Amino acid sequence: MEGEVVLLDFWPSMFGMRTRIALAEKQIKYEYREEDLRNKSALLLQMNPVHKKIPVLIHNGKPICESLIQVQYIDEVWNDRAPLLPPNPYQRATARFWADFVDKKIYDLGAKVWRTKGEEQEAAKKEFIECLKLLEGQLGDNPYFGGKDFGFVDVALVPFYCWFYTYEKFGSFSIEAECPKLIAWAKRCMQKESVAKSLADQEKIYDFVLQLKKALGIE
Amino acid sequence: MAEEVVLLDFWASPFGIRVRIALAEKGIKYERREEDLRNKSGLLLQMNPVHKKIPVLIHNAKPICESLIQVQYIDEVWHDKAPLLPADPYKRATARFWADFVDKKIYEVGGKTWKTKGEEQARAQKEFMESLKLLEGELGDKAYFGGENLGYLDIALVSYYCWFHVYEKFGGFSIEAECPKLTAWAKRCMQKESVAKSVPDQQKVYEFALHLKKILGIE
Repeated sequence: MEGEVVLLDFWPSMFGMRTRIALAEKQIKYEYREEDLRNKSALLLQMNPVHKKIPVLIHNGKPICESLIQVQYIDEVWNDRAPLLPPNPYQRATARFWADFVDKKIYDLGAKVWRTKGEEQEAAKKEFIECLKLLEGQLGDNPYFGGKDFGFVDVALVPFYCWFYTYEKFGSFSIEAECPKLIAWAKRCMQKESVAKSLADQEKIYDFVLQLKKALGIE
Repeated sequence: MAEEVVLLDFWASPFGIRVRIALAEKGIKYERREEDLRNKSGLLLQMNPVHKKIPVLIHNAKPICESLIQVQYIDEVWHDKAPLLPADPYKRATARFWADFVDKKIYEVGGKTWKTKGEEQARAQKEFMESLKLLEGELGDKAYFGGENLGYLDIALVSYYCWFHVYEKFGGFSIEAECPKLTAWAKRCMQKESVAKSVPDQQKVYEFALHLKKILGIE
């Protein structure tokens, strides 16, 4: 059933981290292949001709693209252990809604926080915190977004945790000060082996973004 | 089991159309409520506080937001007839990928073909047609994207068909000339009662777009 599993990825990508976490939760053995995004491999271009992006999950030679679609695929194929989506349709719809919210809001706003300055950056910071507070509200008093258990929304959001340090340094603000419950949740997730071994080191992310800013000519 | 199903909707919205088709495919009785988007109802703001957008599906008083999430929810709850997503996980991932592609490409780029002019419009048209050709390739020789029957991806895409006329008239191009197979597929879908009774008259949509351009101050 396992077959051959390959993940085309890029170490700082939050999207790649989601798929890494899901594979680790299900204890699936796979081959990790690091892509140089300035020099994409022929395999990547062949397996994701539409978007030419990572991550690409390749199962028995067949590609699955888009991180949340990959996580659902992994959950459906390896359905005998560590369920990520709940069985109840309404709870599933709610989980999909909040994962979609993370996709629509967190990435772009976070990018604006480190890429821009002045008024644009302030506006991005404000909206970013508002979105995190909405997520904090959704978490409530549960240990995870999945309730008692780590689940789909946790997988969708926790990779951004290793980017928070970068956002905070470039944005001169403290996410923990504004969203203490969310940080407590993130630290709780980091105690899970699947998360700890899938997220990149936050200092390395910061150095990577410093280099990226120089390369992009953003001061 | 008494089911109460309400759909907060806007007549010209492709996203609303998707949900109407899914409900019709499953033979579900529901109450459709037309929203005035310049004067959103208290119910809409209460049921979708995060995005404040239509469509909102309310099932036994509980809201589900985002059209593709609603279609999946409908498919999972009323799973005893007219399956919309395939049973096989790889085929499901593929259907989700292309529906996500429609969401990423068709709405925004299609919108640019009628909201812009000159070079920007030309670029949008080119990208729009390239996207449709990719979808045509995915359809291949099948009657529907779902195979022999209307499925998830058919619903995700055919909801835009009444807007194609708008894009063509403003853009001065013919979608049928470039994508005859896709046009044939759309007409095939329109022969299904669930689709025909869910889509508005394309002339009315065109008049609405004309009116919208005036209000938005786009010549």
